[in-house]
Amino acid sequence: MSDLEVFRKETRAWLDANCPKEMRDGAAGEEFICWGGRNWKFRSEAQKTWLDRMASKGWTVPAWPKDYGGGGLAKEEVKILKDEMRKMKMRSPLESFGIWMLGPALLQYGTHEQKSKFLPPIARGEVRWCQGYSEPNAGSDLASLQTKCEDKGDHWLVNGQKIWTSYADESDWIFALVRTDAKASKHDGISFLLLDMTTPGVATKPIRLISGKSPFCETFFDNVKVPKEHGAGINAIVGTINRGWDVAKYLLTHEREMIGGGGGGLMVGRGIGEVAAEQIGRDDKGRLADPLLRAKVAQAEVDGWAFLLTMERLKDEAKAGQGMGAKSSMLKYYGTEFNKRRYELFMDAAGSGGLEWEGKPSEDGKLAKGWLRTKANSIEGGTSEVQLNIISKRILGLPDA
Amino acid sequence: MPLILTEEQEMLQESARGFLEEKAPVSALRKLRDERSEEGFSRALWKEMAEMGWAGVLVDEAHGGSGFGFVGAGVLAEEMGRTLTASPFLSTSILAATALGKFASEAAKTEYLPKIARANIVMALAVDEGRKHGPATIAMRAEKSGNGFKLSGSKTFVADGHVADRIIVAARTAGSPGEEAGISLFLVDAKAKGVARERTMMVDSRNAARVNFDNVAVTGEDVIGEIDNGCMALEGVLSAGRAGLAAELSGSTQRAFEMTTTYLKERTQFGKVIGSFQALQHRAAHLYCEIELVKSVTLKALQDLDAAFGMASVTCALAKAKAGEVAKLASQEAVQMHGGIGMTDEYDIGLYMKRIRVAQEMFGDAAYHTDRIARLRGY
Repeated sequence: MSDLEVFRKETRAWLDANCPKEMRDGAAGEEFICWGGRNWKFRSEAQKTWLDRMASKGWTVPAWPKDYGGGGLAKEEVKILKDEMRKMKMRSPLESFGIWMLGPALLQYGTHEQKSKFLPPIARGEVRWCQGYSEPNAGSDLASLQTKCEDKGDHWLVNGQKIWTSYADESDWIFALVRTDAKASKHDGISFLLLDMTTPGVATKPIRLISGKSPFCETFFDNVKVPKEHGAGINAIVGTINRGWDVAKYLLTHEREMIGGGGGGLMVGRGIGEVAAEQIGRDDKGRLADPLLRAKVAQAEVDGWAFLLTMERLKDEAKAGQGMGAKSSMLKYYGTEFNKRRYELFMDAAGSGGLEWEGKPSEDGKLAKGWLRTKANSIEGGTSEVQLNIISKRILGLPDA
Repeated sequence: MPLILTEEQEMLQESARGFLEEKAPVSALRKLRDERSEEGFSRALWKEMAEMGWAGVLVDEAHGGSGFGFVGAGVLAEEMGRTLTASPFLSTSILAATALGKFASEAAKTEYLPKIARANIVMALAVDEGRKHGPATIAMRAEKSGNGFKLSGSKTFVADGHVADRIIVAARTAGSPGEEAGISLFLVDAKAKGVARERTMMVDSRNAARVNFDNVAVTGEDVIGEIDNGCMALEGVLSAGRAGLAAELSGSTQRAFEMTTTYLKERTQFGKVIGSFQALQHRAAHLYCEIELVKSVTLKALQDLDAAFGMASVTCALAKAKAGEVAKLASQEAVQMHGGIGMTDEYDIGLYMKRIRVAQEMFGDAAYHTDRIARLRGY
């Protein structure tokens, strides 16, 4: 048996012995996610057990180094672990912005001291992070952000406002882009700052969206004093001061791949056409009775399938060492635009049945709310127009206006 | 299997590109057109392709071929799409070689496959009878007559049919138009009594033929695949053709797009290169994404043909649908973004638009294949 086969066998046995049966229902919706954090209330004893056991193996973040709370697994091993968990329909033990965003940033740009302090609590689900990037006047033009961060000797003084901070009201810490040099050109005066959300002067306010309740918040900084070091030798700024844009860019590429890559379920299970045929009916040849809708649905399925294959191809290319680079903008652009198109078709198929906002038949407007929520897909993480700009410039080599 | 080319396939791609750019650039097609070439392709070039193993790309080594497989054939078709190279590659090396290699008797294989590999024969596939592709609508009859059959009917849009030595014909031995069952495939001598051919010069400067069959006699040995159940073999051959055309379209699309982005960086108006205008940048960037999708579906279809030939029909339909639709968009955008010069015959971009129009129509356009996918997915 090869090493990987042994690893698979042992992994399967460990998972089977340690995953509580309540965590084996394949549930992945918002209400089942374990986010962790100081104020986290576990939904069940099983959820806590599952998190603790996985964290003890380092398998909440299997690819991170063992020294920082990870599992120290190689790529192939991570794949096997995910594979086995999927086969046994196991829920993810922990999700968080710390895992998705800050972790990768620290691993790439952080010092040993920063990694040692911040990564293990993320891996154990003890500290929950949020991301402070956008501002009311810095959306697509993110680099024009104005949140002021002044050097006051032993501490930084932060003043300003962030917006679209997901789960800011439930998070313990924030990683934020702040302006540390007001005189430098806009990309050169930004730093990547870490601060505790309980610091005096930090306030949050949830934002209600067209789709209803949302995790998004406004976050206000009013004379917030952030120590220069979070403990001896642990710099509050990640990477070089005034070079935070490098970190931000690195993370945005990461985020784009995630949002664009969220299309994994696009062609799995029941497709739009099958759902639509049930809702609208079929003609005497078994075809969806609305021929114009049928044509649009079929075209969307062709594109959706082609897009999935493209994600697969780019991953294979990346594995073969060709890297993804600016192509993540293509995935972000196409994937999010496709998801919007898909939900428009679901709404077309559902007719007036999809328009209910409250009530049992619609599960309180589940489809309508989902449809409205997709409208943000092509705005968050860089608008479609920004992605097209990136493709024009970085891939096609077209000049600036 | 990873969705990327192997090293060997990459080498084939590189050498094909070098060869075609030197020996068969777009100007070669222009020359054939302007000389009103009777055949529509260069025999000498076709021979050279055979020497490199291209003509026998789908012929196994036992029958004198190079056996590069469908991905290899697709790599070549893509490169020929980039240079708009006219040759019997699709008709003979993809369609006929697949029909014979996958479905013919050993005797037929031994007789024809080595000839294909050496470019000593041109063969064509005759399927369509009406304006739009639709194998199930075939009406042409093959009536039982003694030990053989007599074929009567007419075919159209038969690529290379005007010069083919043999024609593979789909005709009805049972059932009626609209039914898939009852179709059989026959290998017919193009010079047989009762065969009448009319060359059709197409918008892309290539040739097809209308072929009329008037009581043409064939024997039981001329049958390819099963009698009455030839739709299986036909579907396999068409899948190979569709994937080959998707690859060719992908090549033409990529080249037309490269010419367009190059032009956007050169052409100056209002004191700026027009490629700096966002109105054009966003359209170009969107097109780039669509072309990336075409590359993925095309490679997937070709890989599926190599891995599980009988199961590849759906991804071949997907590839033909997507490649056809995007190729049309790319050629339209190309002409528009080139402006006035794109309308001139002197400039090559129009030739791409013309070839793309023909290739996307052949063996089913995007609407045909999208409808098939809808039916396969249960609506």
